[in-house]
Amino acid sequence: MDKPLTKNISPDRTFATLEDYLKTGGYQGLQKVITELQPKEVQQWVKDAGLRGRGGAGFNTGLKWSLVPGEENNATDISQTRYLVVNADEMEPGTFKDRLLLERDPHQLIEGVIIAAYAIQAKIAYLFLRGEYRLAAQRLGNAMQEARAKGYLGEHILNSDFSLEIHLHTSAGRYICGEESALLNALEGKRATPRAKPPFAVVSGLWGRPTVVNNVETLCNVPHILHYGVEWYRSLGRGIDKGTKLFGASGRVKYPGLWELPMGTPIQEIIEDHAGGMREGYKLRGFLPGGASTDFLLPEHLDVVMDYEAVAKAGSRLGTGTIIILDDKTCPVQMVLNLEKFFAQESCGWCTPCRDGLPWTVTLLKDIIDGKGRLEDLDTLTGLTHMLGPGNTFCALAPGAMAPLQSALKYFRADFERYIAVNATLMEPV
Amino acid sequence: MKQHPEKSGFEGLTLAEIEEIKAEMSHYEVKSAVSIEALKIVQKHRRWVSDECLVAVAELLEISPVQLEGVATFYNLIYRQPVGKTVIHYCDSVTCWMLGSDSVRERLCRHLNVELGEMSEDGEYTVLPIVCLGACDHAPVAMVGDELKLDLTEDAVNKILGR
Repeated sequence: MDKPLTKNISPDRTFATLEDYLKTGGYQGLQKVITELQPKEVQQWVKDAGLRGRGGAGFNTGLKWSLVPGEENNATDISQTRYLVVNADEMEPGTFKDRLLLERDPHQLIEGVIIAAYAIQAKIAYLFLRGEYRLAAQRLGNAMQEARAKGYLGEHILNSDFSLEIHLHTSAGRYICGEESALLNALEGKRATPRAKPPFAVVSGLWGRPTVVNNVETLCNVPHILHYGVEWYRSLGRGIDKGTKLFGASGRVKYPGLWELPMGTPIQEIIEDHAGGMREGYKLRGFLPGGASTDFLLPEHLDVVMDYEAVAKAGSRLGTGTIIILDDKTCPVQMVLNLEKFFAQESCGWCTPCRDGLPWTVTLLKDIIDGKGRLEDLDTLTGLTHMLGPGNTFCALAPGAMAPLQSALKYFRADFERYIAVNATLMEPV
Repeated sequence: MKQHPEKSGFEGLTLAEIEEIKAEMSHYEVKSAVSIEALKIVQKHRRWVSDECLVAVAELLEISPVQLEGVATFYNLIYRQPVGKTVIHYCDSVTCWMLGSDSVRERLCRHLNVELGEMSEDGEYTVLPIVCLGACDHAPVAMVGDELKLDLTEDAVNKILGR
């Protein structure tokens, strides 16, 4: 079985019922965990499997779980309260992977949540779901009821001492909620502004309790690791990283879509074999490999493989693994303007570089496109990519916003200069 | 402040709304955590959150109205002014933009004779932009009420509008 995440997802738009899920080994990972493994062992399995966060950051999942302080097997002691939070706030432009998992195989996620909660001995889990994902909310709600009825969820899971409640929180918008600490503020009913780090959420998260926040796709991997084992999981990757991942492509390719492929799949295979290459009449100019907040790469990077380090070495990030295609008839400067408008709008306004720097970036780009740009503006934009870069802002939103801008200034500088040159010609004295 | 929901207290909220909000409270360590759910519950019943309702919810959660207003105005799916029966959220993020979200917006606004955020004259529709809806392989897309609409060609937009 080489496609654990999507084995129950059929090409038509139906979804996997509990029956479908059970038929292919569903809830057997949970059964094993509850009857055979201690929480620390579950952490170790997932750590050894090499599963890394699929939300974009790529942190080793089992390792994250092991950072939760406190005594294990002590979930009944209120002073030992800890939480598991599922980040289902998929909102990175160009990203459409979690929606598939949430809508089409809800039990897979629920089993992953229960196992993860067991591993950190959390009695309560919150599923933080994007408000717009209405169908997902409905199917998850139903699936949770079914799981409860079968004894997989609720009090004394599978007749053990372990109990878990999952609460579904549907959000009310804003991209910043995907940022771990901002998400926790949103769950507490506040404005979703990020928190200072350290302390990290695993130590002090929701209401100051140790809290693990995991992405949907990350948790969907967990049941399979426990059911089929560490060695099996490690054998799935083609490169350095382990397991499979949902990769996608959108834009002017022949067949935009989503495919579960081994980690380490070359970008070329995704774009050419799976997405069918470019549409008739269009050429590949560049692409964002993992969503809006990743740096542009060029056709010369097609042989790069989709591993965390390999994409980083090429100058970008694996991010969410969903590729956004820039074709030769779309202006890269205008594409960057669209991206920066998004980030400026979605800035929470908490820290000055982000709140003021992003609208400034938008103004400069608009002026350039409107023929009011000067060559110095490109230096100002470059300056902004540093001022809003890593280490200068409260969270990763602004550095993410700078990724497509800094790479566009590097790879598509002539496109920026062309707008300015047109302007310069008009300004020449007659 | 003591309040009696069935009488004058929490003026502007119905008993049903209060019950729904209270049911959510059991999911969290503190009452004020339900602020977003509470605003969404009010909105489900009334389509938007008036000043009067906002104050009533704040009282119910024992937080200041200003604090709740800070929350209400932060989240884009909470409406602080009246909207039409059906809100159309068209995606304006990168892939949809590339594949024609501007013309989706123009067509929607022209046919309904509204600016973004305005209610159509018959009170049926409001058109708003939304960030990436996570269906980029079917761009351009929009949400019409609760329903996701994919591959919005000119004909598909007309169909949404019943034309």
